[in-house]
This record gives sequence, structure tokens and C-alpha cells, in this order.
Amino acid sequence: MSPAVVAKRYRVAVLAAFAFLAFLLAFPALAPSAERSFVEQAKTMLLVLPPIFLLLGLLDVWVPKKALMKYMGPKSGLTGPLIAFVLGSVAAGPLYAAFPVSAILMKKGASFTNVLIFIGAWSTTKIPMFLFEMHALGTRFAVARLVIDIPGIILIAFALKAIIPAREVARIYAAAESTGNPEE
Amino acid sequence: MDTVILYAIAVALLAVSAARDREKTKRAILKGAKAFESILPQLVTVLLAVAVILAVFSPEMVSRVIGERSGFLGVLAASVVGGIALIPGFVAFPAAAELLKSGAGTMQIAAFVSSLMMVGVVTLPMEVRYFGRRAAIARNSLAFAFCFLAAAFVAWAVSL
Repeated sequence: MSPAVVAKRYRVAVLAAFAFLAFLLAFPALAPSAERSFVEQAKTMLLVLPPIFLLLGLLDVWVPKKALMKYMGPKSGLTGPLIAFVLGSVAAGPLYAAFPVSAILMKKGASFTNVLIFIGAWSTTKIPMFLFEMHALGTRFAVARLVIDIPGIILIAFALKAIIPAREVARIYAAAESTGNPEE
Repeated sequence: MDTVILYAIAVALLAVSAARDREKTKRAILKGAKAFESILPQLVTVLLAVAVILAVFSPEMVSRVIGERSGFLGVLAASVVGGIALIPGFVAFPAAAELLKSGAGTMQIAAFVSSLMMVGVVTLPMEVRYFGRRAAIARNSLAFAFCFLAAAFVAWAVSL
């Protein structure tokens, strides 16, 4: 990758950094809190993301497309959504970590609906979070939310599948194909 | 705690992989690193934006918005704040419990928690990068709408 390409890719990030500095100078009262949350989030990110991306690389190298397609592909029946739910629910990390993982799943032939279910499960039905929610907000609250979220996730996945044209889905899959490839 | 498990799984699988095939393992690490680097610019941008938004949407401000207003307007405000904020669950749940104790409605809190988890306005650039603009916006809109349903259901279930 040439330096010019690198510079172009990081242009927005650099602009954001300048905007951030400007914000700190313009609102000194909010600066300590903004700095603290930046450090806090960056720490979480540097802690959680490396193992996720390592797993993603291992998945890419070791799991053959045929096998993943069999279990999560368009013809996987009920197994696909079930695996998507389990994968998303045992995951750790913020929702944005789920996006690159879903790109690998798409690359390996998981169906669009199953990938969307995986995203939904990662966002709300994570097991450690559920236990914590039960403790903090009460069993009734947490269980009720889980009970409504599971059909909600499936409903949203199917609605998206219906809304997004096949051509757009094909484009998303084509983009996912390049994830982790050195020639990108 | 789940981070420890995550590392244990990653390290164990890495060891198994290395024992079976050094070359493949090297390739896996490279692929992972490459995928990480390719999302890094968006990640940095999102982190900076989140820091500013969290500073503006302080816990006091969140509790004011969710705590005082009741009814539909409160649910709407809670969903909007939840969709914008990016607070990890282990911070958000105790805060939400505190709000419940100080008189906020169950429906508002359920809307806040749901939208916090399902809707990500700030992380939209990353989602667009992998899913395209159309799918990313559609997913967040549908999730946002769903939060109202979830909130009503949770409030009803808790009141039983």
C-alpha cells in the first residue's frame, strides 16, 4: 500500500483528531470527561479487539467455506439461525466488533438473514450481559426483554432481507470477500 | 470476566492451530491483523466522536432526560439518547437501576437499554463500511422502531 493510499484512508481520522482537539480547547469544562472516556474506550478496544480479530483470522484460515455454508448458508434450515444466535450470544465485545466478524461469515457463505440474526444476537442477547442485567434491573425486566428481543431480532433480520434488494446484498458480499486479504 | 474467557479461547485455538500447521497459523494472524488495520481509521474516528458525545451526554444529563419526562415523550427521549450513547452494559445497567430507583418509569428505562444495545448512531460509519449505507441505516431504523415495542412489552410484563 502506497503512502498516498494510507494518507487518504486516514484522512477522516486525522480530521476527527483535530476536531477533537478543537472541542477540548473550546469547552474546557467538558475536556476532562471527554479525555477520560476516550482513554477508557480506547483501552476497552485495545483489550477486546485483538483476540476477536485473531479468532477471525483463524476462522478464515481453518473453516472451509463448504462447512460453514452447510451450517449457516441459505439451505441450512433452522440450524443456521440457531448457530447465529449461539455465536452472537456467547460473544464478547461491543457491537462494532461484530461487523468484521460478520464480514468473514459472509465470505464463508453464511446467508444474509443468518448474518443479520448474528448481529442482532451480538447486540442484545449476550449471556454475560443478560446475567448482569438480571442482577441490576431485576429478573422480570431482563427476562421480559430477552423474551421480546428474540422474536424482534428474527423479525428485523427478515424485514431487512425483504427490504434490501438482492443486488445490494450481492455488493455487500463482494465487499466482504476482500476482508483480511493482503492484496486489498 | 468475559474478556478473560475470550483471551483463553483465542490463545487455546491459536496453540492448537500452531501445533497443526505453522504456515496456516501465520496466515491467520496476518489476516486478523490486516482486517484490524483496515477498520482502524473508522475505529479511531468513532472513538473520538464517542468521547465528545459521552462528555456532552453526561450521566446527569441522561438521567434528567429520562427521569423527568414521562409518557411517550420520555420513551422517545430515552430511545434517542440510548441510540446515540455508546455506554458499555456494565456501566449502563447500574446507572439504569439507579434511575429506576429515583423514579424513572420502567418503559423509559427499557427503551433506553434496548436502543443503547441495538441502535448505534455513532458507530454507523463502521457499519456502513461492512454493510453499505442502505442496509446500515435500515437496520438502525428498524431497531429504533422495535425499541418502542420492546419497551411497552417490558413495562407490561414487569407490571403483571
